[in-house]
Amino acid sequence: MIPPPFEYAAPKTIPEAIALLDQDSSAKILAGGQSLIPLMKFRLASPAFLVDINRIDGLEYIHEEGDWLRIGALTRESTLDQSALVHTRYPLLADTTHLIADPTVRNLATLGGNLSHADPANDHPAAMLAYGAQVAVVGPRGSRTIPVDRFFTGPFESVLAHDEILTEIRIPVPKPFSTGAYVKMERRVGDFATAAVAVQLRLDGSGQCLTAGIGLTNVGLTPIKAHAAEQILVGRRLDDSLIREAARLAGEAADPQDDQRGSGDYKRFLVRTLTVRALRSALGRMNGGM
Amino acid sequence: MANHHISLTVNGLKVEADVEPRLLLVYFLRENLNLTGTHIGCDTTSCGACTVHLNGKAVKSCTVLAVQADGGRVKTVEGLVQDGKLHPIQEGFHMEHGLQCGFCTPGMMMAAVSLLEQNPDPTEDQIRWGISGNLCRCTGYVNIVKSIRYAAEKMRAQSSIPQAPVGAVEVKNG
Repeated sequence: MIPPPFEYAAPKTIPEAIALLDQDSSAKILAGGQSLIPLMKFRLASPAFLVDINRIDGLEYIHEEGDWLRIGALTRESTLDQSALVHTRYPLLADTTHLIADPTVRNLATLGGNLSHADPANDHPAAMLAYGAQVAVVGPRGSRTIPVDRFFTGPFESVLAHDEILTEIRIPVPKPFSTGAYVKMERRVGDFATAAVAVQLRLDGSGQCLTAGIGLTNVGLTPIKAHAAEQILVGRRLDDSLIREAARLAGEAADPQDDQRGSGDYKRFLVRTLTVRALRSALGRMNGGM
Repeated sequence: MANHHISLTVNGLKVEADVEPRLLLVYFLRENLNLTGTHIGCDTTSCGACTVHLNGKAVKSCTVLAVQADGGRVKTVEGLVQDGKLHPIQEGFHMEHGLQCGFCTPGMMMAAVSLLEQNPDPTEDQIRWGISGNLCRCTGYVNIVKSIRYAAEKMRAQSSIPQAPVGAVEVKNG
């Protein structure tokens, strides 16, 4: 399969890229290309102009600065997967990255692309909702910061304007006694999730929950933040009955459709099961000293 | 649509061409350069038959534009042979019968070499995870895993020869 014809440019700087996007309202940004190029082959996307941002220096980095882990938008999934910082301090992000597509796809796929593509089946959105992450974007009208819980507006739709570029992802640096996990049910390696659940917790020294973030993958038209499930955990100890109650609420927050991966009822059941597993996995890591 | 001039190295040789932006790297390799060892399987980033190395990393060349490889280094299965001798991964697939129909083999070998460059001594689980982006519909993977283990051992032995004192090798063999 061959994509439809398009014009192509590979600018060296962000202002040049924005100027190119500004010229053509159907222009699309090419980052890792692992979603966009297949969509173009299937004629589900036919941009007249591709702006390849891979030649722009300074968009691939992972470092902590102040209260944030800052990740350049072009950082490859394989780089995240191999990052000692991510593995030791951000287990939820490490889990998520490791389960995206397959190792070969991850060599090109980018974190910024995974988010700005706004596919509710993508894995990072739920993790970023659980973390309470932000994204930095730059456009012709300047730069702005957007909390991830206000980023997704519909399937493949976000608040990004067509001439804005997502440049950085910011995850809060974990405070002491923080933990997290991502649990995904997929039919085979490389498939999208039938359902998946991201959790990020912070406890106090006595095991009481101070903050909780829960994000759901591929069980609605957008990635879903399970607010009620998060709230019921706060201020309490995560015993078995509380975990089950949070899982029930997470299932209620899901709005899954019947499709080839299963019925809506099955996926809602799956969200409950995966929420229990994710919470237990996160707590297990805490007890393991993480 | 304007063509773009690209210049890259493929298996160590410099290549220049004028290409349409929509030309995929796999078609460039197969049709412009006649390097048909790289196969087109699913054409949708699932099967890994088209796996090549771009700037030292394994990528699925059905999901990369040829223009994206401009200025880069590409290695295909044809580039594995060195000085007329099979690469250890090729020898491994030969010795352990790592193929039946052979369609997935070039992509499987390129993914395996990439894995072994990152992890010279992978466990069976790590091998299976490392080739999880490559599908084989004949073998059930058992012999593919054996082939990669064969290559891993051979490559480690080769890389340790220059450092090993001659006496130590003799003792080991004796």
